Amino acid sequence: MLKFCLKRLAFLPFVMFGVTALLFSCLQFLSPEMRASLYIKDPRQLSQLEAVIEKHGLRKPVYIQYGLWLKQVARGELGYSETAKMPVAQAVKAFFPATFELTLIAFFPIMIVGVYFGVLSAVYKDKLIDHVSRFVAITGYSLPSFVLGLLLLMVFYGRLHWFPPGRYDLATDMLVHADSFRHWTGLLTLDCLLNGEGKAFLTVAKHMVLPATTLLYISVALLLRITRSTMLEELSKDYVRTARAKGLPEKVIIRKHALANALIPVVTLSSLMFIGLLGGVVITETVFDFPGIGRWGVQAAQQLDIPGVLGSTLLAAFLFVMANLVSDLLYAVVDPRIRVGN
Amino acid sequence: MAKLKSIWKVLKHRPMSLLGFGLIGFFLSVALLAPVLAPPEAGSRDSYIIPQSGYSPDPVRPSKEHWFGTTEQQYDLYYGMVWGTRTAFSVALKVVGFSVCVGILLGGAAGFYGGWIDELLMRFTDVILAFPDIVLAVVIVAVRGPSLENVMIAVTAVSWPSYARLMRGDVMSVKERDFVAAARAIGASDARILFRHIIPNSIYPVLVVASLSMGRIVITAAALSFLGLGAPLGYADWGQLISLSRNWILGSAGNPFEYWHTVFIPGIAIFLFVLGWNLLGDAVRDILDPRQK
Repeated sequence: MLKFCLKRLAFLPFVMFGVTALLFSCLQFLSPEMRASLYIKDPRQLSQLEAVIEKHGLRKPVYIQYGLWLKQVARGELGYSETAKMPVAQAVKAFFPATFELTLIAFFPIMIVGVYFGVLSAVYKDKLIDHVSRFVAITGYSLPSFVLGLLLLMVFYGRLHWFPPGRYDLATDMLVHADSFRHWTGLLTLDCLLNGEGKAFLTVAKHMVLPATTLLYISVALLLRITRSTMLEELSKDYVRTARAKGLPEKVIIRKHALANALIPVVTLSSLMFIGLLGGVVITETVFDFPGIGRWGVQAAQQLDIPGVLGSTLLAAFLFVMANLVSDLLYAVVDPRIRVGN
Repeated sequence: MAKLKSIWKVLKHRPMSLLGFGLIGFFLSVALLAPVLAPPEAGSRDSYIIPQSGYSPDPVRPSKEHWFGTTEQQYDLYYGMVWGTRTAFSVALKVVGFSVCVGILLGGAAGFYGGWIDELLMRFTDVILAFPDIVLAVVIVAVRGPSLENVMIAVTAVSWPSYARLMRGDVMSVKERDFVAAARAIGASDARILFRHIIPNSIYPVLVVASLSMGRIVITAAALSFLGLGAPLGYADWGQLISLSRNWILGSAGNPFEYWHTVFIPGIAIFLFVLGWNLLGDAVRDILDPRQK
């Protein structure tokens, strides 16, 4: 088990190397002047553009530039993001908690709804509940998040004024940026509670309802389908028949026998779900104007803010790779065949 | 004929698959009949450019003159929807076609030759798959400049690795089979073995996955258009028509749904188009996959 983990961990730097190299080669489509923005920390430096190009070898072959850039990254200098109006490292610190909180808040409902309805679907195969949940799943799978997001905004913001876009209103903005507000966890909902600000908590929570619902609806289909098919497979196996023959109540068979086995692929999938959410937030945050990594990345790409693009995509890729790693490790933990075998 | 009959036998009992066929059939006929359904104005150079009636920023509700109303800056929504169907088909088919071809060739080569070629190609797919696909696609379009062509290139670039991996696995198992050894024994060249014997025998899983991923690819391409990275303003493209509605979700005082048509009509079209492909993909899988029978 330990060997398996170490092997996977050793692989990580190689993937990150490949990821940065790929991103960096994409940037070669741009002119040296545009790439120079990677090394500019302050708009005032713009007057010495030619000097910057010269200093960082931006007209040199790509591998030399890449080496120079890696050195700079190793020193922790990631450049200044024009769209975020702050250095990249600071922008990551500002935007990442928002994205993480949104993802986290969407994640647990997705797991619960997906597994619950997946199991119901399998147990009542071809009954009404099965048809309904499968229909809901395939529609969610087919509905682009930006369409759903805009429709939700139209109804719940435009018509009903219940759930506004953004992350908070002006009053909450002032409150959380006041010196007296302690950021214990970085998760704003939790921090509001810890600071005893009930009203601010409600505001922040209200702003998350629509984006989280969008993520839930478009992401739950996959989980539901997988749970349903693995559950159906388990229910048809011999040990379930034996349990039935022994006269065990159906509830016990489903919960203690079939579900325990059916959940193995589901647990593995859970971190892949998390990955899917990371892709999903790109559009969702943009639609709901939610200040996270996704919205920042899109704005940076639209305005060709290269440091911003590199910062946000590298972070996304890093999280993605980590989630994959966790997925593999979880698989080893829950499935004794891998744990013992390898 | 017998094959068609057996396909019909599967479909008959699956109303959802029939719905999928119906939806795609409907969109296909709209695309083919576009010049009849929405004749371009006389003297227009490019039929895909949506005619504008005036330059007022506010969308106008559906009327006799504009069946689906107009978007902001008075682009005729009906015209955009009809010609956008052609754009949607062309983007979806080109992207899936190209990425399947690249996937089959590179995956086939990796599985067939093994060794360092395999290692190199597979590590390359690892790197591409280390990104959420929309993220890498956004970067590619951003650095190459916004255009429909670059959207297609970007989506192709992030889609082929999964086909290549699938193909590689299948080729690795097929190349151990006896008929490959037989072909080699009679002196067939590598290329002949690969293209005549191995690829035709390992291509089905890739095709099944390709038909299942059609819907997702349509969504990714539309999302890039929605972000303003796709076709130029005024081009008949559903994703862009939706992005034109972003400023109008609030309606006017006293009438919150005044501009409902700007989101709803293109939104429903994309939804039904993707739903059609997804249902169709399920049907293709069930017809081709012997394990399901």
